[in-house]
Amino acid sequence: MSDRPDVFFSPSTTTFDIVEKPLNSWARLANQTALRKTFLLVLLAGIWEAYARWLNNPLLFPTFTDTVAAFVSSIASGELPRAAAYTIQMLLKGYAAGLALAALLTAFASATRIGADLLETLTAMFNPLPSIALLPLALVWFGLGSGSIIFVLIHAVLWAVALNAHAGFRAVSPTLRMVGQNYGLSRTAYITRILIPGAFPSILTGLKVGWAFAWRTLIAAELVFGVSSGSGGLGWYIFERKNELLIPSVFAGLLTVILFGLLVDNLIFRTVENRTVRRWGMQT
Amino acid sequence: MLLAVEGVTLQYRAKDHLVTATYRVSFNVLRSDRFVILGPSGCGKSTLLKAVGGYLRPVEGCILLDGVPVTAPGPDRVFVFQEFDQLLPWKTVTDNIAFALTATGKLPRRAAEERALHFIDKVKLAEFRNSYPHVLSGGMKQRVALARALAMEPQILLMDEPFAALDALTRNQMQEELLQLWEETKITVLFVTHSIPEALRIGNRILLLSAHPGQVKAEISSQSADAARIEAMLFDREIQGGSAPRV
Repeated sequence: MSDRPDVFFSPSTTTFDIVEKPLNSWARLANQTALRKTFLLVLLAGIWEAYARWLNNPLLFPTFTDTVAAFVSSIASGELPRAAAYTIQMLLKGYAAGLALAALLTAFASATRIGADLLETLTAMFNPLPSIALLPLALVWFGLGSGSIIFVLIHAVLWAVALNAHAGFRAVSPTLRMVGQNYGLSRTAYITRILIPGAFPSILTGLKVGWAFAWRTLIAAELVFGVSSGSGGLGWYIFERKNELLIPSVFAGLLTVILFGLLVDNLIFRTVENRTVRRWGMQT
Repeated sequence: MLLAVEGVTLQYRAKDHLVTATYRVSFNVLRSDRFVILGPSGCGKSTLLKAVGGYLRPVEGCILLDGVPVTAPGPDRVFVFQEFDQLLPWKTVTDNIAFALTATGKLPRRAAEERALHFIDKVKLAEFRNSYPHVLSGGMKQRVALARALAMEPQILLMDEPFAALDALTRNQMQEELLQLWEETKITVLFVTHSIPEALRIGNRILLLSAHPGQVKAEISSQSADAARIEAMLFDREIQGGSAPRV
């Protein structure tokens, strides 16, 4: 307990020198997510090529270069774009119909307690049921054609979207609700200006999950359809090429499926996420 | 007289029984009052404020604003909550305030933005006018909420422990700023708190409530009150050197 004197300092008010140390160029390159991912893709393609060349069995496992060549020629001949366009068109129809039904169901569930019970019961029953398991039944009910496919697509989209949206609405904080009521908004304005943006993180998750379910279901349904009818989507393209033992083209078809998945997830959903929930700090 | 609360009993439904929050509470708030409702936690003071806000109906008694019974929430009684999430996270600071003005139909878009900027200036947040709420500190968020409420020019400002979640330094500063803004606008404030120093600092008139259920113990002017006496009254304690005075 020696006597320590009080000391006083006056913090400098002049501008400081650079306190941050700039990253070197290597560290800055490594910080680019896109660059890191591209590097991984190139590496995977290299491994694929090397393995296929070592295996030397084009019927089982074609090389990366063969696949790309088949991909390019299928695009040039217009077969692949036509199949992809058919698939996308189908998907959009089914997705839109699923969303519309999900909106109705969620609205009913949010408005009444019996509606909420209905939604919860139906979701618990049907969410675990893979859509593709309904395809045989759909074929009996709607026949061969787009009707059956849209039916299974709706099943794939509806429950995921409705469940997430409903959970999102219920999670809107009581404070935000009271603020909305304080403004004396009309019922429609209250829903569109307060509840929907408030529940948007969950709604977006629902949209993403629904999209992924729909995409998988559609490709699978087209494979089955390929056996029974001639409607030509990507699944059918893959199935047909397998029958002709054009394995590089089968791989090219699969590649297209993957590319679309990546494209929609990274371009569309990522952009929407960055411009909305991330920007608003509702999701990190 | 601006606000009349007459014999108000409030109940709300808990899990499996009814809770009586306040029992036959009466008080009057005059124009430009800074009226503080003070009481221990569980005295129903927040519930009382929500009733004035129109979020729940009294089971007995009535609440009159300017002689008109309060039946539903409305922009003539603007709330400032304790919670930091009272700002819409999807709108910038300016838009949060401007939206409140356009949504209530008080002003068209352009004029609403101008008034928003004016009040952002008043709460010293000009630098942050285009920021989203999630980048603001707790104190800044409460300032925006206050600016939003003032911009709406309500008949009465309802504040539900707005500074309770802030650190002590920020709380002091916010109390100071609130008083300054009151000097400029002379707006009527109904302020709920459980802090005796805050009540003495903010209020010109203080209503003391007892706990479980809330009943009026006293209504006093803050000039004539001191903390020890209020504490004694709130907790039915004898103060040293005499009994608790009846007011």
